[in-house]
Amino acid sequence: MAIPATTVDQLIDWEVPEQQIGLWTDAVQRFRRNRIAVLGAVLIAVLVVIALTCPLLVQLHVLKDPIHQNVDFIESGPGQNGFLIGSDELGRDTLARLLFGSRVSLAVGIFVQAIILPIGLAIGLASGYFGGRIDNLLMRFTDVWYAFPDLLFGLVVVSVFGPSLLTIFGAISLVNWVGLARLVRGQVLAIKEKEYIEAARSSGSTPLKLILKHLLPNSLGPIIVTLTFGIPNAIFLEAVLSFLGVGIQPPTPTWGQMVFDGYEAIYANPTSVVFPALAIGFTLLAFTFVGDGLRDALDPRMRR
Amino acid sequence: MAVTAGRPTRGALLPPQLRAITSSRSGALAIFIARRILWMIPILFFVILITFTLMHLAPGSPWDKAGGRQLSDTVVKNLNIRYGLDKPVPQQFLLYAWNVMHFDFGLSYQYQGKTVSTLLLESWPYTATIGALAFILIIPVGVGLGVIAALRQNTRVDYITMGFATIAASFPNFVIGVIMVVVFSVLAYRATGGNFFLPAAGFGVDDSLVMPVVTLARLPIAYTARLTRASTLETIRQDYVRTAWAKGLAERLVVMRHILKNSLIPVVTTLGPTFAFLVTGSVIVETVFAIPGIGRAFVTAIESRDYPMILGTTILFSVVVAMANLVVDVAYVFIDPRVRLT
Repeated sequence: MAIPATTVDQLIDWEVPEQQIGLWTDAVQRFRRNRIAVLGAVLIAVLVVIALTCPLLVQLHVLKDPIHQNVDFIESGPGQNGFLIGSDELGRDTLARLLFGSRVSLAVGIFVQAIILPIGLAIGLASGYFGGRIDNLLMRFTDVWYAFPDLLFGLVVVSVFGPSLLTIFGAISLVNWVGLARLVRGQVLAIKEKEYIEAARSSGSTPLKLILKHLLPNSLGPIIVTLTFGIPNAIFLEAVLSFLGVGIQPPTPTWGQMVFDGYEAIYANPTSVVFPALAIGFTLLAFTFVGDGLRDALDPRMRR
Repeated sequence: MAVTAGRPTRGALLPPQLRAITSSRSGALAIFIARRILWMIPILFFVILITFTLMHLAPGSPWDKAGGRQLSDTVVKNLNIRYGLDKPVPQQFLLYAWNVMHFDFGLSYQYQGKTVSTLLLESWPYTATIGALAFILIIPVGVGLGVIAALRQNTRVDYITMGFATIAASFPNFVIGVIMVVVFSVLAYRATGGNFFLPAAGFGVDDSLVMPVVTLARLPIAYTARLTRASTLETIRQDYVRTAWAKGLAERLVVMRHILKNSLIPVVTTLGPTFAFLVTGSVIVETVFAIPGIGRAFVTAIESRDYPMILGTTILFSVVVAMANLVVDVAYVFIDPRVRLT
């Protein structure tokens, strides 16, 4: 355990290049061997293709317009009146709304990670690297943040600033950056004591170089895993806000809002609720599969 | 010792009588608990401060009406005076904090003449009933499933249990709730011609509790099962378990006395977050099943911008979560003697 990765060991490995596999190559190989993780990745790929192509499908008249209301045919069942999986309370095509809903979900999932990555990195690195009073201050700050149940805080923020796309991204980011900051801090604290950091420091590395060349690359694995698990969490929060009626406003179709709208007429028309509900569930499941797969693949202890 | 040189040892500044207390474990425990309780005060203060500030950052006033006739200036002025909104904001905050310390959360905006405390007390029993029932389910079901899966590792039982746990952990509360309503209310009603179905809404100490409680308990059960499985797998490879088997103890004894007791330790730590989850989960479950509890009251307050109610609920939720974490931290010290008090 405490044996340092000495140069001798590395030299021996250099002599036998066919056994030398980098961490990342190895991780890719192990991820591909994990069938459930690959299944998740395929599901996500399909979702991305749907999200990107659905406006085109509407232009080609393969898909109905998700906003077009047809008040003559409200609450149609599957297959009725030319609606493949039915229509909602305003006579809009459930299938089109379902496919368009993927756009909001994916956008929320990805943009929120893009917002919290710099915040979490900056605070985590500062806290872990400098330690002492800065660390204490920043960590007490995150303690306070942790005391808020995240859904409640999201609800409060959205109710105060109004349910625009920007507020919802902001609210979800505000409650999610703490986890990343704590993880980065923990990683930095663990790596800081390693011999190669000492070596780099004694050979005159500046703090910036130390952070960019050593601390950051070596904590990349856990950061990637945390961000991957952050995506379903953000998607979930957006869906819940929409379901509670304070999410992204109509007419933009989102899955949470479809469940919210359809729930009133659930006895008359259950399909308009079931499909978006399942879409949310399986999207989250796919991201969880990929996250689990990445965590196992990037864990050096599980290397063979 | 060399590491701590230059740093005063714990209790060095205390008078000698008190220093004796800190040296014993029970004394250290008392100090640990006292410190954790004191630490709750600044946290709650900031929770109030942040929520209060957010409320006052909100554009517009609570008297704005979406569409319809606006209230006249005189009415708004009188309302502001009645609810204390005419005073400067820092003064409002101090007054509010002072009142909160006396369990006075002010008057609700949306229900005329009702205090927030009354509203919270009225809705509390519903939330508590469902939360308590869910909490009672979590440990036996979650731990049971986890232990069974671990003892039958890599068999069909294991795969099915863990498959269900993974799916249950990924699907959000409201999705599970809504799907259950479709299956057990809508489809069951249609299939049996109305003879058998579970009620989709409302509260009663009867079958209408089934779906809310299951919806709420599902995620903690899934987590507990996965965690118990992992820690049990670790425990059954320990020497003392092999010894227990070798002595010829009955399976029941080995599992109950040697495996379960030790594999439960990590499960206890998750009870704090579980409690927090039950609290926030109530917001969703009570909305899905139309139960007039605190979670539902919170959502209604958000919709109608009833600031005193939002503030009161947020504070109540934060206190409950903080208390649960405190209890779990303290319980952990008793359960695992290896834990260091820092």
